[in-house]
Amino acid sequence: MSTSTATRPETSVEKKSGGFTAAASNYLDERTSISAVVKEFGRKVFPDHWSFLLGEVALYSFVVILLSGTFLTFFFQASMAEVHYDGSYVPLKGVEMSAAMASTLDISFDIRGGLLMRQIHHWAALLFVASIGLHMMRIFFTGAFRKPRELNWVIGFVLFILAMAEGFTGYSLPDDLLSGNGLRIIDGMIKGIPLVGTWISFLLFGGEFPGTAIVGRLYTLHILLLPALVLLFIALHLVFVVVHKHTQFSGPGKTQQNVVGYPVLPVYAAKAGGFFFIVFGVIVLLATFFTINPIWNYGPYDPSPVSAGTQPDWYIGFADGALRLIPPHLEFVLFDRTWSFNILIPLGALGLFIVLAMIYPFIEAWVTGDKREHHILDRPRNAATRTAIGAAGLTFYAGLWAAASSDIIATHFKLTMEGVIHALQFVVIAGPFIAYFITKRICLALQKKDREIVLHGYESGRIIRLPGGEYIEKHEPIDEYQRWKLVSYHDYKPLMIRPNSRGKISVGQRARAALSRWFFEDRIAPPTRGEIEASHHHEDHVEIESSHQNH
Amino acid sequence: MAQDGTSGTELAAAGDHDEAHAVSPGTAVVSSDAVRDPGLPPHRLRVTDTNPKKAKTAERAVYTLFYLSLAGSIFAVAAYMAFPIVPEDLLSVRLNNMFIGIGMTLALLGIGIGAVHWGKALMADHEAIDIRHPVRGTDETRARAVEIFDEANQESGFGRRSLIRNTLIGSLIAFPLPAVVLFRGLAPEGEDPVELLSHTMWEAGTRLARDPDGTPIKASDVTIGSVFHVIPENLPGSEHMLEEKTKAIVLLMRLKPEDLVEEESRKDWSYNGIVAYSKVCTHVGCPVALYEQQTHHLLCPCHQSQFDVANHAAVIFGPAARPLPQLPIAVDDEGYLVAQSDFREPVGPSFWERH
Repeated sequence: MSTSTATRPETSVEKKSGGFTAAASNYLDERTSISAVVKEFGRKVFPDHWSFLLGEVALYSFVVILLSGTFLTFFFQASMAEVHYDGSYVPLKGVEMSAAMASTLDISFDIRGGLLMRQIHHWAALLFVASIGLHMMRIFFTGAFRKPRELNWVIGFVLFILAMAEGFTGYSLPDDLLSGNGLRIIDGMIKGIPLVGTWISFLLFGGEFPGTAIVGRLYTLHILLLPALVLLFIALHLVFVVVHKHTQFSGPGKTQQNVVGYPVLPVYAAKAGGFFFIVFGVIVLLATFFTINPIWNYGPYDPSPVSAGTQPDWYIGFADGALRLIPPHLEFVLFDRTWSFNILIPLGALGLFIVLAMIYPFIEAWVTGDKREHHILDRPRNAATRTAIGAAGLTFYAGLWAAASSDIIATHFKLTMEGVIHALQFVVIAGPFIAYFITKRICLALQKKDREIVLHGYESGRIIRLPGGEYIEKHEPIDEYQRWKLVSYHDYKPLMIRPNSRGKISVGQRARAALSRWFFEDRIAPPTRGEIEASHHHEDHVEIESSHQNH
Repeated sequence: MAQDGTSGTELAAAGDHDEAHAVSPGTAVVSSDAVRDPGLPPHRLRVTDTNPKKAKTAERAVYTLFYLSLAGSIFAVAAYMAFPIVPEDLLSVRLNNMFIGIGMTLALLGIGIGAVHWGKALMADHEAIDIRHPVRGTDETRARAVEIFDEANQESGFGRRSLIRNTLIGSLIAFPLPAVVLFRGLAPEGEDPVELLSHTMWEAGTRLARDPDGTPIKASDVTIGSVFHVIPENLPGSEHMLEEKTKAIVLLMRLKPEDLVEEESRKDWSYNGIVAYSKVCTHVGCPVALYEQQTHHLLCPCHQSQFDVANHAAVIFGPAARPLPQLPIAVDDEGYLVAQSDFREPVGPSFWERH
């Protein structure tokens, strides 16, 4: 911090004594007033929790993607012009392929460190999407999307979708057999859209599939438009993190009005900065020892061959799986037009799923009617219905995701292909309900356990024999810091419908009341001071009582 | 607010520091008897705070890691030079990848783990506390913002001069339209997608040839139970090769004539138990490349649609809705298999105008 104090005008008089750093700081500050930034953010406090690192992993892997991707652009040729491969990879020598594929092979086999960079880029992309997904789960299950952060949830959601779009466009660029097949599936899906599908496909591919335009077009999206959007939304996302200040888990001394943690300078800078290098290092480690997307095994795109067990990169799996789970014959001709419900149903279901997840914060805010700001995170068990809804959503997603590998599951576990599909159809439709009920019960049971511990202490493992011969286990009270963790949570009760000023009960009111009942009918209230005291008295009483009885 | 341990009335307002704005807690239960926050627990010293020896060890670990990182960077540069790629030698690619990677990994993890260790073990670890302020602006700020908009409205007459305002909104909506229209250029003009999707290269007399080399197939080469991946003989070297191939690929199979169930109208589309079907899945267009000889079923590896070849490639499982289109075939004078005509319906995935 010595530099920032040195930049203040009153100390600048004696800047000579400060040496070079002070002089440089002074020079900068007189032109940028950067000292104000240091003053504002230098000691900004960030709370600590491992789950807060998930978002950081996403951010850092994006930086790695930008760095490695820039390197790749210097060598990659986004062209579908036919060339005869003449590089170092002997099995494909002389094979006709697009310049995109040939240049990707050159990056892999003829440029020193090129394969490493390609694999860093691909691994970082996989980590980027994965960490965004986990980060979103953390936000969801801890209720970090509540006021004032609803809009930031939506921004994050847009980032998740952009990340998948980035992934898919990048996956398609090498123009190898697998990526070409992926594009073919996209083409088939687009063509199934009523009214505009055929034309959208035609415009996208510049004529008939595959055409000679798609790689160049996806390249523009992949390295220009989409990254610009991702950067913009990341910037917005982080601005809001600063405006709102980070949430924190409930704990002694942590309130809605404060942030308890470590200052940016020096501790947080060291940890977060160091963590960037750790994430980067782990990605490089993966790229060093684990092959990813070996396009030389697949060969150039050709519409005819395809191997068994083809599947997309994992983050597209849920969409591919949705296509697989649709039963046959859901397509018909009506009014001289083809209605492809075998494509529209999965598209619609995924769209609905995404929209519901995106607007969930607003739904919950409407149900609770809670207009306060929430900076203390929920433990998932304390928001039982929300946690159960999340588990249901995840089960739905997981079922679709598993379906993308249905054939591999079947061959690996020696099951029938049809059996696996039918089982996964069951998982996708019934699984969410099952997951919902199980999760909700587990949450309530955990809440009961917490309550039990607060009121009656924890099981000490110490068995006492009473004079009458009865054995009891001694329960020890927990200390007030631990107790605070178990009792400091929000509790909502179902909404009571009341007529409005005109004496009427609106449909909206009824819907809200129904949802509220669904959310909060089963609830475990946090123990109050009175209850804790009463239970202590009671316990003392019982012990005396039982010893009396036995005399 | 239950976390504050304050009494009921204060709780409702606690989300907002500005006492003037009591915000609704909705259906939250606000208990007046909630447990009180015991406050921050006493600070616990780390072993590096109490034992100078341990602090020294941690310090040593940190700078050793930084040294290691330095070594890693140098190693990566050295590996770049020491392990060049020898053309056509895959082992050299592997070594190049591995050693540069190991060097970079060391360089990065050294800095990363070192910095984090420094932060955790040696830097002061007293909890710091920031005070939050409500996100909403203060009343004065908000009032001033409203005032500014009012003033701007007064000075510009935005609300008053409605014709100016409405024509501006209209023109703003209209001005991106040319850009939208310009994107028509993404697809070639003068081509009708429906027409293109409805026809393939196959025509009467086109020989069935092997994929990919293009040698024609004699009917006598096709033994019972065999399967051929087929393209039109004139496909190799043709214009728009991949686009044509996408539509024209065919699977040729020979079944025992008694296994084959054929409609009356399509009896002469096959030859001696040899049938030809489009290889493009009617679902989303993957090649239906997997043939199971015993059951005569075709399987699409992308989404697991199954087609029964013995029964006009009818869908028996999976998301596809329509049977694979059949290519009517015959035999020419020299005994080669030829197409009788193009497919009688569009091949591949469904599209809106298809009927």
